[in-house]
Amino acid sequence: MTLASHSLLRDRRAQFGLVVILLAIVVALAAPLLAGDPVVQRDIVTTRFLPPLSTDVHGAFHALGTDRFGRDVWARLAYGARISLGVGVLAVLLSVSIGVLIGAASGFWPGAVGTLLLGLTDFALALPRVVLLLLLASLWQPSAALVVAVLGVTGWMTVARLVHGEVRALSARPFVESAVALGVGGPRVLMRHILPNAMTPVIVTAALGVGNAIMLEAGLSFLGLGVQPPTPSWGNLIASGRDTLVNAPWVATAPGVALVLVVVAATLLGDALRDRMDPAQRREVI
Amino acid sequence: MVRALLRRAFTGLAVVLGVVTLMFFLIRLAPGDPALLLVGPTASDEQLAAQRRSLGLDQPLPQQYASWLTRFTRGDWGTSIATGRRVSAMIAEAWPATVRLVGLSLFLSYVLGIVIGAIQAGSGGRVDTSLSVVTVTLFALPGYWLGLMLVMLFTYWARALPAFGAAGFDADFLTGWSRVADRLRHLALPLTTLTLIGVGGVARYVRGAMLDVRGAPHVAVARAKGLSPAEVNFRHVLRNALIPVVTLLGLSLPALFSGAVFIESIFAWPGVGRVMVEAVGARDYPVIMAATAVSAALVVVGNLLAELLTAWVDPRVRTGHQGAQ
Repeated sequence: MTLASHSLLRDRRAQFGLVVILLAIVVALAAPLLAGDPVVQRDIVTTRFLPPLSTDVHGAFHALGTDRFGRDVWARLAYGARISLGVGVLAVLLSVSIGVLIGAASGFWPGAVGTLLLGLTDFALALPRVVLLLLLASLWQPSAALVVAVLGVTGWMTVARLVHGEVRALSARPFVESAVALGVGGPRVLMRHILPNAMTPVIVTAALGVGNAIMLEAGLSFLGLGVQPPTPSWGNLIASGRDTLVNAPWVATAPGVALVLVVVAATLLGDALRDRMDPAQRREVI
Repeated sequence: MVRALLRRAFTGLAVVLGVVTLMFFLIRLAPGDPALLLVGPTASDEQLAAQRRSLGLDQPLPQQYASWLTRFTRGDWGTSIATGRRVSAMIAEAWPATVRLVGLSLFLSYVLGIVIGAIQAGSGGRVDTSLSVVTVTLFALPGYWLGLMLVMLFTYWARALPAFGAAGFDADFLTGWSRVADRLRHLALPLTTLTLIGVGGVARYVRGAMLDVRGAPHVAVARAKGLSPAEVNFRHVLRNALIPVVTLLGLSLPALFSGAVFIESIFAWPGVGRVMVEAVGARDYPVIMAATAVSAALVVVGNLLAELLTAWVDPRVRTGHQGAQ
């Protein structure tokens, strides 16, 4: 493991990914220290639509300018990172947990249970995700927790298929057969001998999935179905900048650039992890 | 083979039925009443009840479900509650716009993606690295944000391209080439957006697949025979690497129906995605159900098609031989 992490740190993709992600996490955690209040608006008339790098009449500096309510874009970006990163990570944790559970069970008990769970996976894959997202978001009050639940519940199928394949392949391996021959019980074989060996592609998929989840959260918030303003998330920041593209393009540009940077970082880190941990898996994950 | 196909078709049908059933009851759970949207907030309770009765919404849910399913399987998709038009007519009207946009962008992103991925895998070194930076960035771009940026650059700043709809207001008065040009100008921005966000994924996939195939024994043999690097790359590496790409293409078939919801709503493109978003907003049950059924069926058909295509291009799959992977 130390060898793997050493060579991972020498990979330039991993270096870039780690630096950007750590930076984003620091900004999110230290938002109160690094930026002013993201919601309060002192004086709309004199402070609205200030371009980046300008100082308002109250002497406050706005590195990324202000929006139409005179709110500091940098502050909203920094506080928005909390929501966007948090939702991305939690949604992936949820979808990976569901996927591992269903994939492991269906791979380990290939009989009726396996057929049923695989059927469930195919069924979930055939659900039109956008319609489902729109409906679920209208069933309950839109909120960050709802976005996590919706993304988790609609995103576990890839992981389930992946784990299913891994568990099926591992079940036939001699070390698993010998564990069974030694009298180790079914669940224990699965937990102790099979799942730890099936985790590599799951970790890679999770790293790649975080970027995707952040992007989907932004998409939902953009349609008005995600995190509700005035709480900032990168998605609703982009949405709020949509109407002011002409006179204040920086409002929509800044959160988009931040989003692309973080998603690129997560993807590169996932790529590097995949190459280090399991070169044979390169083709399985997009 | 035929038996396996029949079995797959049967489970596929079951999956579609399951999806449609779940969605039917889920949309009834969602708050909001289409009858209320029709009669307006000032209507009396009697008016609302009469409206619900005429839409058949006063019947017990299982009964509504059964009658919807019978009519739907007979080809009667019903009438939209919000617009009063035939659902089949609404979808038939919106579908060509979606197919035009998504079909063209799928074609372009696969062609460009395969070319870029092949160049990367073939050349390696600095070319590969710099193209990787480009493809991973494209892969990470959210479509709606890229769309906004393109609108900002090409519509507001350069004033060169329209950002809304599939045709100009004067489209009906244009003839011949000017009409075609008007269509193309309206297609430019949404098509560019969709193509750009698609290219990255395909190129990354093709590059990975080609690098995998390059280690296979038959490639070493081809090299040992003295074939030129270009011949090895194209005839022996790329052709085999395209097998998983065929699967990917089959899986993107449903996108031809419902794939561009975000992009369609940004550019006010009159396609199926916009019809669906509006239908969910208006609780237009018959429209949502028809769109759900069609897109679920396309997912199943796309999966099946991907398997058939893979079997067609890869003899190992056809004969059930699982050899060198």
